Amino acid sequence: MLSILIVLILGSAVGLFVFKSEPKLNSNFENEWSIFKNSPFRLGLDLSGGSHLIYKADVSGVKAGEVSVSMDSLRDVIERRVNLFGVSEPIVQVQNSGFVSGEDEKLIVDLPGVTDVEKATAMIGQTPLLEFKIEAPKDTPQNVVVGEDGKVSLDASPQFVSTELTGRYLKKASLEFDQTTREPKVSLQFDDTGTKLFAQITKDNIGKMVAIYLDGAPISVPVVREEIPGGQAVISGSFTPTEGKQLVGRLNSGALPVPITLLSRQTIGATLGNDAVAAGVKAAVIGFLIIALFFILWYRLPGLAAVLALCMYVAAMLALFKLLPVTLTAAGIAGFIISIGIAVDANILIFERLKEELHSGRTIADAVSAGFSRAWSSIRDSNFSTIISAIILFWFGTPMIKGFALTLGMGVLVSMFSAIMISRIFLSGLVFIGESKFARFLFSSGFSK
Amino acid sequence: MFIIKHKKIFIAISVILVLLSMAALFIFPLKIGIDFKGGALTEVLYKTERPAQADLDKAFKNLDLGSVLIQPTGELGYIVKSLDLSEAQHTLLLKTLSEDGKYQLEEKNFNSIGPSVGKELTRKAIMAIIFVSFGIILFIAFAFRKVSKPVSSWKYGVMAVISLLHDVIIPIGIFTILSHFYAAEVDTLFVVACLTILGLSVSDTIVIFDRIRENLRNKLGTSFEETVGRSLDQSYKRSIFTSLTVIMVLLSLFFFGPESTKYFALMLTAGMFFGTYSSIFLASPLLVLIEELQKKK
Repeated sequence: MLSILIVLILGSAVGLFVFKSEPKLNSNFENEWSIFKNSPFRLGLDLSGGSHLIYKADVSGVKAGEVSVSMDSLRDVIERRVNLFGVSEPIVQVQNSGFVSGEDEKLIVDLPGVTDVEKATAMIGQTPLLEFKIEAPKDTPQNVVVGEDGKVSLDASPQFVSTELTGRYLKKASLEFDQTTREPKVSLQFDDTGTKLFAQITKDNIGKMVAIYLDGAPISVPVVREEIPGGQAVISGSFTPTEGKQLVGRLNSGALPVPITLLSRQTIGATLGNDAVAAGVKAAVIGFLIIALFFILWYRLPGLAAVLALCMYVAAMLALFKLLPVTLTAAGIAGFIISIGIAVDANILIFERLKEELHSGRTIADAVSAGFSRAWSSIRDSNFSTIISAIILFWFGTPMIKGFALTLGMGVLVSMFSAIMISRIFLSGLVFIGESKFARFLFSSGFSK
Repeated sequence: MFIIKHKKIFIAISVILVLLSMAALFIFPLKIGIDFKGGALTEVLYKTERPAQADLDKAFKNLDLGSVLIQPTGELGYIVKSLDLSEAQHTLLLKTLSEDGKYQLEEKNFNSIGPSVGKELTRKAIMAIIFVSFGIILFIAFAFRKVSKPVSSWKYGVMAVISLLHDVIIPIGIFTILSHFYAAEVDTLFVVACLTILGLSVSDTIVIFDRIRENLRNKLGTSFEETVGRSLDQSYKRSIFTSLTVIMVLLSLFFFGPESTKYFALMLTAGMFFGTYSSIFLASPLLVLIEELQKKK
């Protein structure tokens, strides 16, 4: 009896935690303990609304060994940009190329609450890409330009080719004013590698032009007079002090180490997300009620114990979602709902065994313990293959699939525990009701007496 | 014993259903969704009224967006399918849908997937299919590692795999027919549903086979046929009930759950249903059939 009480109290405590930590369910939420305030459900983009962007990073200009370093710094830069914009809980992650994920280096950006795709991409695209280019050899064919009037002409401006020197070697940018003309200019200080590269470039191109490109457009095309070994460059152009200041800010907050292009994006409006959450909760509650009704009607007293165990299973899973935390998606909720159906399977295996044991003339107490021990191998086997599928889906999946695999896999594991431990404690505790005909009725099931 | 006595009828039902499903696959080729082939899907909801579809069709013909497919959804919405869109094209699309601001609209959902991301997903899906199938077959091999008489262990495994194929092919057939008449397309959730069916349905078969072998060891029944029949009598109810609880929640998910997981829930329901059917009415009868063929030799 004592063990039943302990389990009930523990279960209620977990349930209370789940309830108290939901802002929507508590009018006085601000005054709650911090453990409650810090544990709301974490909703995926398809439920909270927001944008999911996948960028391809062009790492062709990066040495093979340095790809992961530059991808990491790319992530840091984008993360800073996104944070500056005030998005709550953005997720910026690198997806390295590989056997499973394909040959491109990718950057995945999740922006909860941002449904204006243009604003979102602009915010990320704003990060300046600084490049230094040198004059192409003379024999490079010139660009053919089709004018607005339809005339075809040769692009007269000189051709530039990229060098290894980019914004990733920038140490610091600052705004200065020319001593004589008072015009604003941006002075750049390279890091060690950048300094070497810049010295080499200026040495090789004395008398020629070096173009400084920002976001793919030339902003300054100075002529090199001599080798510059100190790693300092100056961008002077026709910009106002305000523009200069902005440019410095953008450069210092991080120039993109590698260029990126947007491959795909998904935006889910907040209403669609809210609808999905409401529908998911409704489906879960109705599914739970149907199962509870079926169990109590069919399996009687053990059924009631199983429903109590199922309540605890649900409370435990919801608490785990909050504490781990698990990002819930529509597919994840589906996985959780299915796991409710699977969770009671173990109880069915046990109860059917229990009934057989009762039929073979055992006492209730013996039948309960035999039912549990004999059903275990079936329970283990019937859940094992689902766990295999869940693990592999989690390993390969996109975020949506991962959400499903995680809730389903966790559900199967936790439900094995809840069926075996919690139902057992309840049923063993209830054995005290004796061996009367009525007691045997309560422990039987279905249409039998 | 009823099931074993009429085993040929039940096996025939399965064979017919599988053949019908395969025929459906040939007649209505599966529609591949943008997850795998790339493309864009835009869902908009108009504030008060929506423009006529014919007007929009005409407007899109004059634009350089490739083929654009417009489908009405709900009272006030459209779903627009097109090639994957750049930022500028996306803006143009929205502007056209609002007929240059004449109709106010809200963009509920926008999803643009570049071809390379589609290829990546396709590769991932294929790998997942291979690995899950491999993992399940390994599990079956492990579950049936002990030799038993009169039917050797590997034959149990083969039967389990056959009934597994049956459990996946029939839901795919149903989905094919659905996708012909409704908007269902093959997306990542479709693949996940197939793989989850593999995981969920094999367990039923294994548990029943375990019962058969337990009864064979305990010498229950005078012939193999009788042993199998009595094992089925002992375990069919729990087999049906365990699936029934999962089907109950899946139907709840189908009727009340989010729009995005409706077809997913339906696929899984079909998978659970035929998974249970096959473990009771297909796999075990097939075992008896094999034993009879062995005896004749």
